[in-house]
Amino acid sequence: MCFERAYIAQCASVAGKLEKQGPLGGLFDMTAEDSYFGMDSWEQAESEMSRIAVNMLLKKASLDVNDIDVLLGGDLLNQCTATGFAANSLPVPFLGLYNACATAAESLLLGAALVSAGYAGRAVAAASSHFCSSERQFRFPLEYGSQRPPFSQNTVTGAGAFLIGQSGPVRITRALIGKVTEKGIKDANNMGAAMAPAAADTLKNFFELTGTSPRDYDAVVTGDLGYEGSALLAELLGREPCGAGGNFCDCGLLIYDRERQDVHAGGSGCGCSACVMAAYFWEKLRRKEIKRMLLAGTGALLSPRTVMQKQVIPCIAHLVEAEAV
Amino acid sequence: MDKNAYSKLAAEREKRSPSLKDCTFAFLSGGAVCALGQLLKELFSALGAETGTAFSLVSVTLVFAAGLCTGLGFYDKAARVCGAGLFVPITGFSNAVTSPAIEARCEGAVTGVGSEIFKIAGPVIVYGNIASVLYGVIYYIYLCAAG
Repeated sequence: MCFERAYIAQCASVAGKLEKQGPLGGLFDMTAEDSYFGMDSWEQAESEMSRIAVNMLLKKASLDVNDIDVLLGGDLLNQCTATGFAANSLPVPFLGLYNACATAAESLLLGAALVSAGYAGRAVAAASSHFCSSERQFRFPLEYGSQRPPFSQNTVTGAGAFLIGQSGPVRITRALIGKVTEKGIKDANNMGAAMAPAAADTLKNFFELTGTSPRDYDAVVTGDLGYEGSALLAELLGREPCGAGGNFCDCGLLIYDRERQDVHAGGSGCGCSACVMAAYFWEKLRRKEIKRMLLAGTGALLSPRTVMQKQVIPCIAHLVEAEAV
Repeated sequence: MDKNAYSKLAAEREKRSPSLKDCTFAFLSGGAVCALGQLLKELFSALGAETGTAFSLVSVTLVFAAGLCTGLGFYDKAARVCGAGLFVPITGFSNAVTSPAIEARCEGAVTGVGSEIFKIAGPVIVYGNIASVLYGVIYYIYLCAAG
């Protein structure tokens, strides 16, 4: 889909302690030393982080909450509660979204569609994830002593919020809604490998449909494939992997320093691509350090139940094309 | 690329766990826990406990220590390095019970802690009990047969 007038006017990002210690640590609008964000539970903490990100966005854009026509957002928690509870404190029409870690790209895509079509004057797109609430929901209790395989990823504690309006320094020009894809991967620890075919499918389809190629972009960014997933995507597309000098890169590999930080294959989660897009790529576009980029948000549509039932992991990748104005 | 070929490729690209390092840490830390247990046994015996009581006191002490370390946030950090060395001894069982209990406290004593406490250790308790019952039946049959 092509958008006539959809712009990312402003962004805000909030991240956790580990993300602050990473290579992009200084770029986030706010980082919290306290993983609880002053709340009593991990679920409330994620919700508070999401609320802070949206409020910070409004403050940065000098807007009142009533100036927003719709809030689109989601997270990884059951029934999308982090964003739903954050929206409880914001008197704005709200659409809760879920596409696992592709939610940031999904919310940008839908926000751009609503604004470009004139159904909304200003939309806020948001996504969040919290390491502790995700561990609790998808894996083990935090204090449980276990070793994770070296190809597993670390859920990013972070929230990103984007103001989509009819003017701004970054234009969302095109987008592609991904198809659910699976290639037989069942191991929930190896989500990069599960998601890489979805990213490859969406990117290939986009290049075919638009007659473009990776050469036309300063950056082709995937959401959270991590080290293994990025290497597999490169093989599937016949490209050089992330960090090998080409224009492909992955938010999950950018947000942490894998040599220095104990994050195994890199970052994951809705907050991963949301934070990196808001704090890093949007700024680069705004300063015209890059002119044109693709963000392919990748999501693994699994639940702890489907994993226990040994089902394959269906994955999705939604793509957004952004240009410096 | 079909599913089988892709699964094979993905498996080839998986970074392997450093087995030698993991085994070494597990051996050393597991051995240290066992040595500590033996030390405690000798201590309790020296204090006048009978052998059976001394062994029970060792278990109780190790379970308490692991639970305390879990609560203080040390256990998971140590287990990340030590792996099976802390997972296999009775300390691992203690951690598997205390860690979900700590996390479930936000949901209250009954719906939270009470229902979540055996989330990880539950299968061990269930199948451990079934195995002990089966063993008992077999042993009973053996005793009857042996006269």
